[in-house]
This record gives sequence, structure tokens and C-alpha cells, in this order.
Amino acid sequence: MHRVGSLTATLEVDQLTAHYDGKVALDNVSFSLPLGERIAVVGPNGAGKSTLFKAMTGLLTPTRGTIRIAGHPLRRSTDIAHVPQRSVVDWTFPVSVADVVMMGRTGKLGLLRWPGARDRAVVQNCLAMVHMTNLANRQIGELSGGQQQRVFIARALAQEATLMLMDEPLTGLDVTSQEEILTIIAELKDQGVTVLVSTHDLNQAANSHHYEEVVLLNRELVGAGKAQDVLTPERLTKAYGGQLRWITTDQGTMILADSCCGHGNHH
Amino acid sequence: MEGLLNFLLEPIRFEFMVRGMLAAIMVGIVCAVIGTFVVLRGMAFLGDALAHAILPGVAIGYLVSDGNTATLFWWGLGAALITSIGVGGITKGARVKEDTAIGVMFVSMFALGIALISGVRSYAVDLTHLLFGNVLGVSNTDLWLVGIFGSIVVITVLLFYKEFVTIAFDEVHATTIRLPVNIFNYVLLVLIAIAIVVSLQTVGIALMLAMLVNPAATAFLLTRRLPTMMALASLFGALSGIIGLYLSFYISIASGAAIVLVSTGFFVLAFLFAPQRGWVSRQFLSTSA
Repeated sequence: MHRVGSLTATLEVDQLTAHYDGKVALDNVSFSLPLGERIAVVGPNGAGKSTLFKAMTGLLTPTRGTIRIAGHPLRRSTDIAHVPQRSVVDWTFPVSVADVVMMGRTGKLGLLRWPGARDRAVVQNCLAMVHMTNLANRQIGELSGGQQQRVFIARALAQEATLMLMDEPLTGLDVTSQEEILTIIAELKDQGVTVLVSTHDLNQAANSHHYEEVVLLNRELVGAGKAQDVLTPERLTKAYGGQLRWITTDQGTMILADSCCGHGNHH
Repeated sequence: MEGLLNFLLEPIRFEFMVRGMLAAIMVGIVCAVIGTFVVLRGMAFLGDALAHAILPGVAIGYLVSDGNTATLFWWGLGAALITSIGVGGITKGARVKEDTAIGVMFVSMFALGIALISGVRSYAVDLTHLLFGNVLGVSNTDLWLVGIFGSIVVITVLLFYKEFVTIAFDEVHATTIRLPVNIFNYVLLVLIAIAIVVSLQTVGIALMLAMLVNPAATAFLLTRRLPTMMALASLFGALSGIIGLYLSFYISIASGAAIVLVSTGFFVLAFLFAPQRGWVSRQFLSTSA
């Protein structure tokens, strides 16, 4: 939400190399994309999508290279918001929807300060943006899959971060809930939030209604930019090798990415 | 009515019972507050290991002071601080799995403690007190130490409540908002260590874990809100102390064990009859569904 429109309003990844479990997970990846857009991050299992996210969240220190938002390195509490994959959350944790969203304010508040009227108002607004106002007092385990995902989007909003990372947000959701989440992501763009979404679904990533930009990874950067320039047969073959199926019908060409065995286990 | 009153008043005519009762109540509350995080973060094994690992420190204190409980406290505290800091290093630097590293290290420490004490003639009795507590031997000085250090634990948790909860719920989120996650994790370990030393005289090393886990686990079954869970856990912790001491007085059983068994009783009741998470209501829900 900051400095969009200035000359340096980009997400800039520069010569990023990172190791995960002793192996090279990202090799000299560089790209620069405008802030304020929806960016899909795609690639086969083990392509480094999660490693890229870990480097951005600060969980993993890159071996080399830098990530900058609008010209400054990631250091502030409002740089990155992370929306976890649903499978890694402890849904029995005794907190309500509103409690989780308020946790987005922890960094902004600082030590030894309690949430005030303004923070509660922010939480209410964020809940309204994801259409969860009436569920504010529910324990998080009592929600549907789509609602669970929306709580964490609201938490990310409450954080007021420039860049929102979403780890496989649509995995395991029914079609209706997927549509809801995609609509919310579109609304986030209108608010000026940059959203980075890792996904297995190439057809969805290629859909310009959902994403303005695509980053295609296979340890190295295979392509970054508009879908029509990045998701070409040559580049896709380079990224996925034999894992892709091409089906040509009179309606056009359809791509099937074979990612059968790796949901939730990609690095 | 008068009979019941006498039944309740009889034990607290003895000053050592009053002191024991006060100690047990404070320990119940302190362990419940910090135990809430032990339960939510799945640190029970680590808590048990930490309790056992302070024995060598306590043993040295015992050897140099001839069993003075205040001296034991300080030595125990020193040992607890060192081990709680060491835990972080071990679990990070080890090439084996975390629980294996904890298992190897802390049982060895425990053995070292027993070896140190075993050189003394009255070893069996004193070791029993260290392992299973001796709440009826609590002195006024001990009460002060329990009160002061117990307050430190509770106040620290309350002051940094927001950070502790954020980290316990989602460490990745805590990292992205640039909270000093590692520092807070160390602080939590240190607070657990202090709670363990505070409880040393009441329930002893071997029964320690129950005070950390039972009240918090009971409360977890009864509520879906964290502040309520902490408050209920404190209530169960304190009640376990009181009821346990009455039991100990009237049926002449070891006080530490009595306190722990009462806390287990609360857990079993909650496990069976909790409104939503209890066994009975789940049976009922599954048959009606």
C-alpha cells in the first residue's frame, strides 16, 4: 500500500540463491514486478516456491541475493503478511476469529501495549472486507474451509502490509469457496495490496482475470511477467519437463500439470 | 454443618498446614498459567525433561547447605536457568531428532543428580523430598520465594501475553511481523524453569509435569477462549492444591501425590463430561447425528 506509483514501486528479487535441507532450492533468481498487482507463482514440486516464500517471510536466510520492496530490503513488520496453508494451522487453538485477526496487529502495536479502539476498528473493517463480520466470535475450528482461509486473509489485512503471501490458498476448497477467495483477492488489488499466490493450477495462473503477472520457477527462474509471455509451451516444457500433458481440442490447447503426489510437500 | 466446618478447620489449626496450603495454591496458579503454553505448544516432554535436569543443581545446593530449603531454591534456580538456555542450543545444533537429544541429555543429568546425592547418609529420605515434594516442610522464607518468583512468572506472561500467544499460534506470522521469536521462546523456557523450581517443594521433580499439564489440559477441554482457559486452569491448579492437602491430612497419603491425583481427577471429569469436547457429549452428538 506504500509508495505505489513512485518510480521504485516494484517487488525486486535480485540474484536470489537459497538452500533448503542442504540442497540448492533457488538458484540465482532475479525478477522485478510492479507492486499493486496479483502475482501467481507456479512451478513443479520442488521448484522453490515455498523457499521463495520462506526467504520473503524471514524464516530462511538466503545464501546470496536480496529481496526489495519499493527499493528497501525486507525488514519492517509491515513489509510482508503471510497467509498459511490451511493444513499447517492448529485449528483447536482456543482463539476466536476476531482474536486471530487481532494478531495481525501485534507487530504494529509493539511491546507492552494493548489493542485500543482503533485496533478493534481495524479488525472490524478487515472482517467486513472478507465478509466474516457475523462470525467474529466463532472459535476457528468451527469454520468451513473457505471461511478458515478468509480469517487469515483478514489477519494479513489487519497487519497493513505491502505484500501479501498466500501459500496454496485454494488447495482443498470447493469451487464456490475458490471463487469467493479469488473475488476477495481481486478486491485486495483494488485496495492496492500486492498479492503473491503460490499455486499448482496453471490454468488458473494463466487466467488474466485472476492474475496480472506470473512467475514460473524451476529452481532457476524460467519466466516472469505477463501470462502470455511466461506460460508458453517452450517455457512450460523447460519448467515441467515430462510432467505436463498437452491436450489440443477445437476449443484450444489445455495444459494439465501432473502434481498428483506432492500437495503440501513442495519446497 | 458444624461437623463440616470442623472438618475444614481442623487441618488449618496447624501452622505448617496453612503454609503448605498457601504454597500449594500459589504453585497451582503459577504452573497453570505457564502450563497453558506448555499444553498449547505441545511442550510436555520438554517440560518433564527440564524438571528432571535441574536435579544436579539442587543436589549440589543440598550438599553445600545441609538441606536448607532456601539454598536449594537458589541452586535449583541456577540449574534451571542454565538448562533452559541449553535446551535451545541442543535442539538447534543437534544432528539427532529433538526428542532424542532431550532424552539423552536430561535423563543423564537426572542420573548425575542422583549420583551426587547418593554419597550422603540420609540420602533416601532427602531424595524422596526432592523427587516427590515436602509441602508440609515449607518455611516462611520458602513462602516468600515462591510468592516472589511465582509473581515474576505470572506478571511476565501477562505483560507479553500478546506476543506469547501470537508466537504459540503461528511462528511464521510472528517471524514476518519481525517479533524476536527466538528471544521469546527462550523467555518461555526460562519461565517454565522458574515455575519448576517454585514447585520443587510442593510436588517435587518427578510429579512436576502433572502440575504444568493437568490443570491446563482440563481447562482446554472446557473452553474455546484462551484467557478463560488460563483462568480456569489457575482455578483447577489452586483447588488441586487445597483438596490434595485435605486428602493428605485425613487419609495420610503423600501430599505431592495427593495434589497431583486431585488434578488428574479434574481432568478425568472434564474428559468425560465437558460440554462439547467431553466423551459423553460426543457420544450423545454422534448418536443423535
